[in-house]
This record gives sequence, C-alpha cells and structure tokens, in this order.
Amino acid sequence: MLLGTPFHARTQPLNEAQVWRRWSGYLAAGAYELTHEREYWAIRNAAALIDVSPLLKYHVHGPDAARLLDRMVTRDVSRLGVGRVLYTPWCDTEGKVIDDGTITRLDAQRFRLTAAEPNYRWLSMNAVGLDVTVEDVSSQVASLALQGPKSRLILNACAADSLDGLAYFRVTHTRVGGVPVTISRTGYTGDLGYELWCDARDAVAVWDTLMTAGAAYGITPTGILALDIARVEAGLIMLDVDYTSAHVATIPEQKSSPFELNLGWAVDLKKAARFVGRKALAAEKTSGSAWQMVGLEIEWPNLERLFWEEGLPPRIPNTTVRASIPLSSLGRQVGYASSSCWSPLLKKYIALAHVEAAHAKPGDLLMFEIMVQHKHRYTPARVVPLPFFNPERKRE
Amino acid sequence: MSTKYDAIIIGAGHNGLTTAAYLARAGQRVLVLERRDVVGGSVVTESPWPGYRVDTLQHFGGLRPDIVRDLDLARFGLTTTRVGLTALQPGGGALELGSGGGARAQAIGAFNRTDAERWPAFTALMAKVAGFLNEVYAAPFPRVPQIDAAEAPALAQLGLKLRGLGKKDMIEAVRVLPMSMLELLDEWFESDLLRGALAARGVHGLMQGPMGAGTAFLFLHLWANNDSLFQTRVKGGAGALSEALAQAATGFGAELRLGAEVAQVKLSGDRAAGVVLANGEEITAQRVVSALDPRRTFLGLVGPDALDPEFVWATQNIKLRGCVAKVNLALDGLPTFTGVTDAGLRGALTLSPSLNDLERAYDAAKYGGLSERPYLEVSLPTLAEPGLAPDGKHLLSVHMQFAPYRGEQADWATRIEAIVVNALAQLAPDLPGRILHSQVLTPRDLETRFGLSEGNLYHGEMMLDQILFMRPLSGWAQHRTPIENLYLCGPGTHPGGGVSGASGRNAARQILKDQKA
Ligand SMILES: Cc1cc2nc3c(=O)[nH]c(=O)nc-3n(C[C@H](O)[C@H](O)[C@H](O)COP(=O)(O)OP(=O)(O)OC[C@H]3O[C@@H](n4cnc5c(N)ncnc54)[C@H](O)[C@@H]3O)c2cc1C
Repeated sequence: MLLGTPFHARTQPLNEAQVWRRWSGYLAAGAYELTHEREYWAIRNAAALIDVSPLLKYHVHGPDAARLLDRMVTRDVSRLGVGRVLYTPWCDTEGKVIDDGTITRLDAQRFRLTAAEPNYRWLSMNAVGLDVTVEDVSSQVASLALQGPKSRLILNACAADSLDGLAYFRVTHTRVGGVPVTISRTGYTGDLGYELWCDARDAVAVWDTLMTAGAAYGITPTGILALDIARVEAGLIMLDVDYTSAHVATIPEQKSSPFELNLGWAVDLKKAARFVGRKALAAEKTSGSAWQMVGLEIEWPNLERLFWEEGLPPRIPNTTVRASIPLSSLGRQVGYASSSCWSPLLKKYIALAHVEAAHAKPGDLLMFEIMVQHKHRYTPARVVPLPFFNPERKRE
Repeated sequence: MSTKYDAIIIGAGHNGLTTAAYLARAGQRVLVLERRDVVGGSVVTESPWPGYRVDTLQHFGGLRPDIVRDLDLARFGLTTTRVGLTALQPGGGALELGSGGGARAQAIGAFNRTDAERWPAFTALMAKVAGFLNEVYAAPFPRVPQIDAAEAPALAQLGLKLRGLGKKDMIEAVRVLPMSMLELLDEWFESDLLRGALAARGVHGLMQGPMGAGTAFLFLHLWANNDSLFQTRVKGGAGALSEALAQAATGFGAELRLGAEVAQVKLSGDRAAGVVLANGEEITAQRVVSALDPRRTFLGLVGPDALDPEFVWATQNIKLRGCVAKVNLALDGLPTFTGVTDAGLRGALTLSPSLNDLERAYDAAKYGGLSERPYLEVSLPTLAEPGLAPDGKHLLSVHMQFAPYRGEQADWATRIEAIVVNALAQLAPDLPGRILHSQVLTPRDLETRFGLSEGNLYHGEMMLDQILFMRPLSGWAQHRTPIENLYLCGPGTHPGGGVSGASGRNAARQILKDQKA
C-alpha cells in the first residue's frame, strides 16, 4: 500500500478531488484544488508549499564521508564547504547517469544526499574500503519546499532567524514553530525558494506554522502537477521522464551521459578524486557527444493553422506531457521531446528535448509531432537556450 | 621510462616462484618480493623447535609433472614419492588403500565385497574426468562471455577435449562435476569407512559438507592436481619443493628478496608501474604480477579508488571462508596406531569414519563453531625420513576441519589442540603421553602470518561459482586485471587451489603472449 508522508494529516483533508499520484511509494497530491492553475501561479507570484518528503534522503557520515561522495559523483565534493549545497549527477562506469540530486555538507564529516531512486546499494558498493556510514533517512526526515517570490517573507515571519543572509545553494539551521529545521535555499522551480528539512515527528508543527505565517502572503499548498510545469520552465530534468537511469536501462541506447543531459557543467574532470565514469566522460568530452538536451519552443502560427484546418481551436496540454514526442528534420527523425507543456507565464508551448548534436544550435528548426483530430501532424519548433525562465530573484 | 625489471612478482609461494622461473627462463628481468623470511608460502618447512624440520602448513602434494620437467627441478633436488591413503577407524583398525591394485581391492573387500568389485570402474572413470580437467588446467581459460577471436579456438578445443572423452564418459563428466560427494558415492559404494575417506577429499580445505553440491568437483580437482587419488610426499619436507623452485628461478636470473612486504601497487594513470614496500621503498617495473589472492591484491594493494565499483563489489564478495586449522606435534617416539601397518602409517591417514560424521563435523562450522569430532588428515613424515627430527623423535602433522574463520574465538588454539589430541588418542592411546612440543595454527594465524585472507587455503573457495571462467571473476579470467600491466598468478585464478603450479605457469605464458602481441 502507498504510504502517507509525515504531512499526510494536513495534506489529506486539503486534497479536494482526492486524486493522488504515486511518488517513491508515497501518496503525493497531484493538485489540491480541482485544477492546478492557482497552485502554479502561487509558485510564480506568491508562495507554494509543496510536500517533497518522498525524495530519497541519505545521511553519509564518518571520516571518509567526503571521499565516498567524491568517488561517486561527477562534481568536486572535497571543495564543498560546510553549510553549502551542490547539485550533481552520478554515473556508472560508462559515464551514463544513474541519478541526480543534491549534496548538503551538514558538517565536516556529515552530508545529506537526495536522490530520485533508491541508491543505498550503489552507495555501499562505492563505500568498500572506506570508513563511512550510510543511512537511509528517507522516512525519518520530512521535507517541504516553500517556493515563490514571497517565500522569504514568510520564513522571516516565522523562523527563529532571518533568512536574509542565506545565499543561493546555502543551508542554515534554525527553528520554525519551536522545532529544529534545516533550511536550504534550493528548489525545483527555478524561482526564489527554500526547502525545509525536519524530523518527521515535527512535520505537522512546521506545516501549521508556515500556513499561519503565510496566510497573509497567499501561501498555497501545491501539488506536483504545478511543480511539473515550473520545473520544465526552469529547464530541470526529471529521472524516468527526461532520462532513464543507467541502472534501469535495458539497452545502451536508453542511457544518457551528463553531457547529453546538458549537465556538462557538473562534470569536473579536473577534480583530484577518481570518480566513477571519469574515463568514459573524459573520452566523451574529447570526442563529442552524440546527443544534446535542448529547449524547444513550438511555434504558434502553424500550430494554430493545423487546428484551424480541422475547424478546431488549438489544443494545448494543460499539464506537462511526460511522453516521448518525435522530432524530425527534413523527413528524418533526429530526436524526441521528453517533457512538454504550455507555460502559462511565458505564454509559450515549450519542451525539453533530446536531439542529435547536429541539430542542437539555438535557432535550429525542427518538426514537432502533434495529433490534430486523430491525425499525425508536424509543426515547426525552434531550439532555444535553457532555461526558459530564470528570474533574478532566484539568486538575489 | 626505463626500469630495471620487466616484472615484479609479489609473493614467493610456489605459484609466484613458478611464474618467476618461467619468465626468467624466457629472458625476462624478474624480481620476486616475499614478505616472510622464507620462500614457499603454504608450502614451507621450518624449524619451530631445534632439530626438527616441520611442514608448517601443507604436508602433501607436488607440482604438475610438466612443470617439474620444464624447469628441470630434479636438478635442484626435488624428489617426490607417491603415498597411500589409509582410512582410520576409531577404536582401531583401518582401510589401507595404499598398496597397489590387487591388495587394494582385497583391503576394500575386507569391508565390503561389492565396493571392492566397483572400485576399478570407479577409479577408471574418475581418472578420465580428472584427466579432462587436467587438460583444461594446462592453459588460461577463455573469458566467457567476452570471448574474442583469439580465445575462440581455445574454447573450441575444450569442447573437443570433452568430446574426446567419448560420448558416454562425456555425459558422465558433465553429470558428475556439480554433484555432492553424497550423490556421487551413493552411486558407487556402501562401506562407511570408504565413503567417509573419499568424501573428505571433496571437502578438503572447503567450507562445505559432503552433502553440499559441487563437492565432487573439488574431489576431482584435487585428483587432477595429484594425477591420482593418492598424494605425494616431498623428500626433505614440503618446503624442499619451494626451495627447488626458488633455485630454478634464481638460476634463470630472477632476483629474490625476502623480508620485503609489498604495501601498494604503484599506479601511473590506470597502469601498474611498480610497487611500494611497507618500508616506503619504491621499485618500478614494466609489469607487476601478484601471487596474492584477488581480494588482497585489489582491495589491499591497488585500492578501491582505482577500480570500478562493480568490480570492487564483486571482489569483496569472493568467498574465502577459511575453515582449516593446522596442528604440528613433536613426539617422543612413534605412537602405536592399533591395526595400521607400517606402510599405512607412511601415507596419508584420514580420520573421517563416515560421510555422515563428516557432514556433522561441518554442521558445527555452519554456525561458526568448532567441530568436536573433526575430520583430520595426518602425516607422519619421520617414518620415511627420520632425519626430519632428532634421533628417536617423531613428527606428526595434522590438517583439521572444521575451524571456521568467521567464528574464531581467543581460546581456539587451546581448544583445537585438545580436540585433535583427544581424537588421535582414540586411534593411538599412547600419543598424548608422547607430546614434546606442539604448534597450533588457527585460520586467523593463517591470515596474519601467511597472508591467507580469511585463512583460506585456495585464495578463493573452490566452489562451482568460483571456478573456470568465473575465477577470479567472470570477465576476468586469463590472469589480466582492470589495471593494465597488473597480472594475477596465484590460485585465486583458474585453475585454482592446491599445489600444482598451474596458475603460476599459465600466468607466465599469458604475460609472455601479451608482450608479443
Ligand atoms: C594448512 C594447509 C593445508 C593445505 N592442504 C592442501 C592439500 O592437501 N592439497 C592441496 O592441493 N592444497 C593444500 N593446501 C593449499 C595449497 O598449499 C595452496 O593452495 C597453495 O600452496 C597456494 O600457493 P601460492 O604459492 O599460490 O600461494 P601462497 O602459498 O599463499 O603464497 C603467497 C606468498 O605471498 C606472500 N605474501 C603475502 N602477502 C605479501 C605481501 N604483501 N608482500 C609480499 N609477499 C606477500 C606470502 O608470505 C606467501 O609466501 C593447503 C594449504 C594450507 C595452508
């Protein structure tokens, strides 16, 4: 049976349609209201409160904790200071991505790693010979994302310490509603936002405090449908949607390297530690990658015409489509979109897409497949830089 | 980079020395580094007490005859004699399999008539299957499943050899290898004493009872190593074999350094470039060849950082569960084993009265305990060679199972000695009163003093999932490793444990072949 998260006592009554999505064995609200639109606008205009407890969380501690993570991930953990967070993928020996997540240095010998899929075995395999302990704390630690332009004001209204000094990708320890909470300035929306980490037993107290303090700022419990649009706008990939874990792929073609996922910036070939996949990644860096992940904007005029010809108004998916959509150039398929949605903020039909490297330049024109009245049609889409949306306030 | 050595061999056990001798004979500049102050590893004769020459660990076994010939070891004094096998009966009496064909059948017949009738057919079949194994052991095993074009003919040849057994025997060979000793012996023999003694060969050095699948494989493996059910004794003690190998190797120009413990394999990028000794000294070489077990080599000397996690994990999971203790006794005179002839006493003496007793001995070990009624293999080397002890004194060497490494307690040395002496007293009541000196080596001693990880004799258990192309790990047969220029030559590689020199010789061949390519 799917489990409720530590916030279930609060989220369950709020879920108007009682429609739940499954997320790592937990019940996650798709939307609390009957449509997700108001929740989406809360992310961009006010503050959205999102229960992200189903994330997998590991505590890695001991004298070799940094060594273990450094051996495993593609970024340099040895240089991560206490109180800092980094986002990183990690790869198999062929340099193909297994998963991605954040690493927080809680103190010199203590880290928290988040992941989309279970990674305990992989951590153990990498820990052979090291003096380190890995604990799966997924069910002990509750987590909430508070995202949106008003999020800082809400936290300042209810946390024991001001969040004004907390820079992007930093973490601080304070109290909210009288209970200890770790707050990181991170999130999955590409907006100003925070993630709060607390003991699962304190979850409800933290929720209630935020909801009370946030009422004046339009705090809105938000489900994962709205989040899924925000993360596409922010150009953030999702495991199982935008790529297949190298541990799950049945054929090599299903795997992706970090370079192919637009994560080349997160591959540190110069770091001192040897890490899994280094050799293959160094080779790929030299020889070039076969695939690229790009942003696409599906052009409006032709799309409108195709529907018009059938006597229909344009039909655009109002949630993120997590399905593969073929892309072609001159009649040959050269890629596929893996996440696509209408951006209510940008007023654009956008997609995250995998394309052959020759078709990855901003401005390149590709044909995007759509269904119009049960007929396959192609309509032009243009390659654009990622992310689609990147407000100043995210880092300020 | 110019270095003084073409190859550094880590460990001067009989396999390391064999590799060294073959490489030196081919003109390579070779350095052998040995941690202890004597050569031989498990095959060593030492003097724990003045005037005695004791086979500290292994007391029977010899090299493959082709290796003895290739290296002309007779020139360095290597002499071996085939010895018999006697199954001891508690309370007196014995089944002596020692003396030639007719007498042997008669001896068995005294216990069981049908067993005697079946004996010749049994040994003929076992000899055929072991002969097949022996041929498979003569070369590195192709890397199933990643066979490349160069290896395909070798695999095809294996198929041919198997077919060369003839259709009937081929099916028998394939059928018998994965069996338990219980299943195998149920098809042939009835006598408890005979079944117990034969079953013991199937679990010798193995953390497994005779009812466990694949024990027939170890029985045949040891048969292949000895080219017989019967073992051999080395003149001057087991260590004379290692001495002869060392002399052959140095005679071909190899250098040998004792008291030189290797702490680390030095890497340059992803290649082995030499070694670092425990005292900090660095020595470079074109190639490094480790005679240590794969776990010790990769996790200890190379380190997990330089290896893929899947490989590290698989290496960590190599089963190495030691279960043997060794007890060496100096005796004031020859004890009286009632009902055993002088000829019988000169061979291997097995105390394993029945297959069920042997399985029960293992039962205790399953849960980490000592066998109260253990399986013993005993040697009395001073009967044939009185010079190994002072005048009138004798040596008695005991291989004891089961003493599982993972259950070892601080008092085990004392308890093992008591258990062994008590068991021997049932066979030779005057023995306890004759003990002058004793030496007990537990599995932990085997690890700390002799570098045998978890006290495992074979550098990796000889079980069905750790043999042939799966030894040391599937995908890594052929003595090569993920580290370029680092090779393995110990019994952790195909064909595996026991004294034969096959792993060492095959490794040398592979290294020479790779250099030509
Ligand atoms: C008690 C006992 C009974 C046995 N009985 C039988 C039997 O009846 N039949 C049979 O076939 N086999 C038997 N064996 C097994 C057989 O002896 C071994 O499989 C075989 O001798 C292993 O030989 P080796 O040369 O490959 O390795 P080893 O003999 O283990 O040699 C390895 C060498 O490396 C050295 N070394 C270790 N670490 C380092 C380091 N860091 N630096 C430098 N040098 C190092 C060691 O000191 C040792 O000399 C027995 C073994 C034991 C211990």
